[in-house]
Amino acid sequence: MELELQLAVERLHARYAQALDSDALEAWPDFFTADGRYRITTAENEARGLPLPVVYAEGRAMLNDRIASLRHANIYEPQRYRHIVSSVLVERESAERIKSTANFLVVRIMENGEALLFASGRYVDRITLPALKFAERVVICDSRRFDTLLAIPL
Amino acid sequence: MLSRAWPAEGATRVPYWVYQDAEVYREEQRRIFHGPTWSYLCLEAELADPGSFLTTFVGDMPVVVARDPKGALHAFENRCAHRGALICMQARGRAERFNCIYHNWTYDHAGNLTNVAFRKGIAGKGGMPADAQPESQAPKQFRVESICGIVFGTLSPDVAPLESYIGPQILPRLKRVMVKPVKVLGTYTQVLPNNWKLYMDNVKDTYHASLLHLFFTRFRINRLTQKGGVFVSDDGAHHCTYTEMVEDRGDAYEAGGMRSAGSHTFKLEAPELLEQVDELGDNVSIQILSLFPGFVLHQIRNSLAARQVVPKGIDRTELHWTLFGFADDDAAMLRRRLLQSNLVGPAGYISMEDGAATGFVQRGVAASPDRASVIEMGGSTIGSGDSRVTETAVRGLWKAWRTYMQV
Repeated sequence: MELELQLAVERLHARYAQALDSDALEAWPDFFTADGRYRITTAENEARGLPLPVVYAEGRAMLNDRIASLRHANIYEPQRYRHIVSSVLVERESAERIKSTANFLVVRIMENGEALLFASGRYVDRITLPALKFAERVVICDSRRFDTLLAIPL
Repeated sequence: MLSRAWPAEGATRVPYWVYQDAEVYREEQRRIFHGPTWSYLCLEAELADPGSFLTTFVGDMPVVVARDPKGALHAFENRCAHRGALICMQARGRAERFNCIYHNWTYDHAGNLTNVAFRKGIAGKGGMPADAQPESQAPKQFRVESICGIVFGTLSPDVAPLESYIGPQILPRLKRVMVKPVKVLGTYTQVLPNNWKLYMDNVKDTYHASLLHLFFTRFRINRLTQKGGVFVSDDGAHHCTYTEMVEDRGDAYEAGGMRSAGSHTFKLEAPELLEQVDELGDNVSIQILSLFPGFVLHQIRNSLAARQVVPKGIDRTELHWTLFGFADDDAAMLRRRLLQSNLVGPAGYISMEDGAATGFVQRGVAASPDRASVIEMGGSTIGSGDSRVTETAVRGLWKAWRTYMQV
């Protein structure tokens, strides 16, 4: 049973990474519950107890707006990500809720081939069962630095 | 003297070598950042307690900013008098004194050298001669002034006091935002692949805002057809632009077929992200203020922030963002500020393009140091006005820069 849960969460991470890395951005909000929260922050702000997010969404409507803006408003150089997710820990909180953490690396690849270790950090997730959707995903970046811009979600 | 000459057209041209030359970069450090200018250091709220400190930069110079036990603010070069090592390695903290880790030389909160380890040797052997003067290489100390909780420093004994440096056009616009004690919400750094001045002239470029940043126009947050204006200081160095909250119902962008025009079907699913409370009571939705050489204060709806522009070489700049609210914000205002932080920073709906656009200029001009930008929107004059279809504040930046650089 616990092994099954572990596999299910790892599979969720894999599908999430696959969606972002293959430009299936419209699928991204569906990884969250209707009122799911998504927040990118830095380890420094977390350690100092400061609430400032780099990206913050309360609910799927705001996640949809983020993607709509990327598609129709924001201008940025063509780029893609490669997510590497590992060290997935899963802890059952209740019959309907899991707590999970995982490490991530994101390589950003530009059209000219330039590849950069764009972000590393930790996902801190609350996941609902049985739907396996994020009620909350906090993306804690190890570095306070962001190169040029952060368009595609982490 | 720089070996370069300015184009004959004067104020309406900016030659591209200004973003490329090692000599220019080096001279800027001396004549601007370490010359007769005031540089942003931090917010007072970051150094609330006696003994607290943080480290930052003024140009290339590493700097410690500290509050001494009696409460006074100081800033000094983060360089030990002995061998030049960093005196302080941490980003921030509290200290009774500063000890250089290399040989344990000690400094007080003002950067005065207070102790040289084993200066007189041990048991009569070793140590420094009695007439040695290690203080002759002491870290430089800044004049520090704080205005409405924003701390600035200068190495110049001659530059005017901070308020007169900012001047009567811009000072009221700064005081307008900083109406009460602030609370820091957090910080991050955006690394820009371009010369520091490309960011400053982007900030001062009121013409680009609604054309590059489609989010503005798609959601009618800021259009040049809305009421607003620009203030420029007499010396051209500082600027402030603002837009009023009144909703634009016109179709100038659509009629003109502009790329940034909104499709009428594009709407936010969660428009509450943009809901503004008129907390400053003057109906202004956006105000961007810049002080020469590298400070920006923004109010974008209820998002407030200080941006510090830190040059890191000819073609690299760090933008240190410090977002803040007021100490008496209630939970609803805090939530509003956090939601509206989506508008700014490296992932900001209305600011993410700036890093890209300025980087495109750096790359675009790579082989053309002697060609020049055409800065003629609004003519060739420099001054305040009620139109933002102008590059007056950009011309102001270059007027000031040329004065400092004597070119």
